Amino acid sequence: MTRPVEPDKRFAIANKEALFCLLLTIANFIWWYGFAYGLGSGPVEKFTYIMGLPAWFFLSCVAGFPVFAVLAWLMVRVLFTDIPLDPIDPKDKKGCRS
Amino acid sequence: MINMEVLIPMAIYLALVYGMAVYANRILSRSGNFLEEYFIGSRGMNGIMLAMTLVATYISASSFVGGPGVAYKMGLSWVLLAMIQIPTAWLTLGVLGKKFAIVARRINAVTINDFLRERYQNRTVVIIATLSLVIFFIAAMVAQFIGGARLFETATGLPYHVGLTIFAVTVVLYTTVGGFRAVVLTDVIQGIVMLLGTIALLVGIVHAGGGMTPIVQKMAAIDPGLITPFGPKNFLAKPFILSFWILVCFGVIGLPHTAVRCFGYKDSRSMHTAIVVSTCVLGVLILGMHLCGALGRAIIPGLTVGDKIMPALSLHILSPLVAGIFLAGPLAAIMSTIDSQLILASATLVRDLYLKDIRSGKKIDDQKLHRLSFYCTAILGIIVFLASLRPPDLIVWINLFAFGGMQATFLWPVVLGLYWKRANAQGALCSMLAGLGTYFSMVIWGKRFYGMHVIVPTLVISLLVFWSISLMTPKPKKQVIQIFWGK
Repeated sequence: MTRPVEPDKRFAIANKEALFCLLLTIANFIWWYGFAYGLGSGPVEKFTYIMGLPAWFFLSCVAGFPVFAVLAWLMVRVLFTDIPLDPIDPKDKKGCRS
Repeated sequence: MINMEVLIPMAIYLALVYGMAVYANRILSRSGNFLEEYFIGSRGMNGIMLAMTLVATYISASSFVGGPGVAYKMGLSWVLLAMIQIPTAWLTLGVLGKKFAIVARRINAVTINDFLRERYQNRTVVIIATLSLVIFFIAAMVAQFIGGARLFETATGLPYHVGLTIFAVTVVLYTTVGGFRAVVLTDVIQGIVMLLGTIALLVGIVHAGGGMTPIVQKMAAIDPGLITPFGPKNFLAKPFILSFWILVCFGVIGLPHTAVRCFGYKDSRSMHTAIVVSTCVLGVLILGMHLCGALGRAIIPGLTVGDKIMPALSLHILSPLVAGIFLAGPLAAIMSTIDSQLILASATLVRDLYLKDIRSGKKIDDQKLHRLSFYCTAILGIIVFLASLRPPDLIVWINLFAFGGMQATFLWPVVLGLYWKRANAQGALCSMLAGLGTYFSMVIWGKRFYGMHVIVPTLVISLLVFWSISLMTPKPKKQVIQIFWGK
């Protein structure tokens, strides 16, 4: 039997962050879909308006974008870790600073 | 009639861009490693540069010429469709992510093919990837060239072929002269121009229409479908819009020209900044541009060619000087999309196919390599130029065709190669072939698959093939796992 490959800890962090990005994308999709088709499926005569735009459009697109820009910022600030990207060479300590 | 007031600011802008290329080239000749510098700018991009270069690469002729043009016809429903692209920034940077950057540094990858070669250790995978990349890039570049030339034509009053020539010469010149550094530098300027221009135009439209409410009411009066999520005559049915989530949002992870940006940054902090900045810039641009097109229906109702709405609106609403600078924005966007595609295509041909696979890694001197890259970029530029001489009526679909083809080839081999240990060369190879085969046959036989865009069945089939073939064939070698998962 050969020894299993010893995993690089940085990859665990990277995987976690990739997962957060996927989750945020799904959340964005739900917001976008929910408001657009939840409010926009009825007849045009029954539409409500926010700032002159149909409510479904305003909430799904105009409001959705800043909300998710802020969420993306929060995700990066709170959940992401600053890690070195260069190869870690045991002989060269310079690459190890984080 | 030639519209000088618009032409002059545009010309100044293009001159500025050329100046940047020359400047970048001087930095280039001082640096030691020609290949790295030429193709990925020595991994020196900070957060803002990374964000702008991603946005400018991604926003293309289809967003500026085609996108608002369709929004003009389809109303708010097309804006809704376009807004699915909001996650692309955090999705491409985040999912490929730091793992991609770490591995790329480890194997000294400069292009996506370097990545595929190390991961799958298979020459055929790389050759298919190369051919597919070059073919779809040529298609994508043709769409961009036509878009650029059309814009030039409408805005300045010059004939199409003159516009095309000026445009093509500028692009090819500054890509061949400057390389990647030039592309990144000009992307930053172009991003800012596009951003300011879009905001100015949107404000101008709302002002010209007497406020948002009268504009929307006028749209509803023209056709109530314009303000529903389904579009006039229910053209944008749900399955079609939802399949665009795959094509222009999730699938973008697999676009080689955006993916290559995802390992060219300096450190993880640059990537964090870039996620936030590019999401904001992309959002403003996409929402702004498409909304302009949709609302434009109420300002200039009678256009038959939707693609002319952006230049028409700019000339109608903005002063000629501002219009000239603003229209330089889309031109800029198109140029930077083309030049990164040109660079990547020539990088692929010279480095991947010629150096590594035809000469099997034998040394070649830097001078000769420099010349070879130069000729290759120029020749590709000329092919695209010739193909653009007879433009078709719609560019959006050429562009989306190229998107889909690249995704059929690259999405799973890149994503699974990065995250699935079991993924092997046989799986990747069969997945690429099955994906391309499905894609081509479906595109030829019919535009939609049960109401969805054909990219959906294509990616499902290529994923299933990848998964099943990989499990039936041997595991990847241990040294591959060591590089991609080990310390």
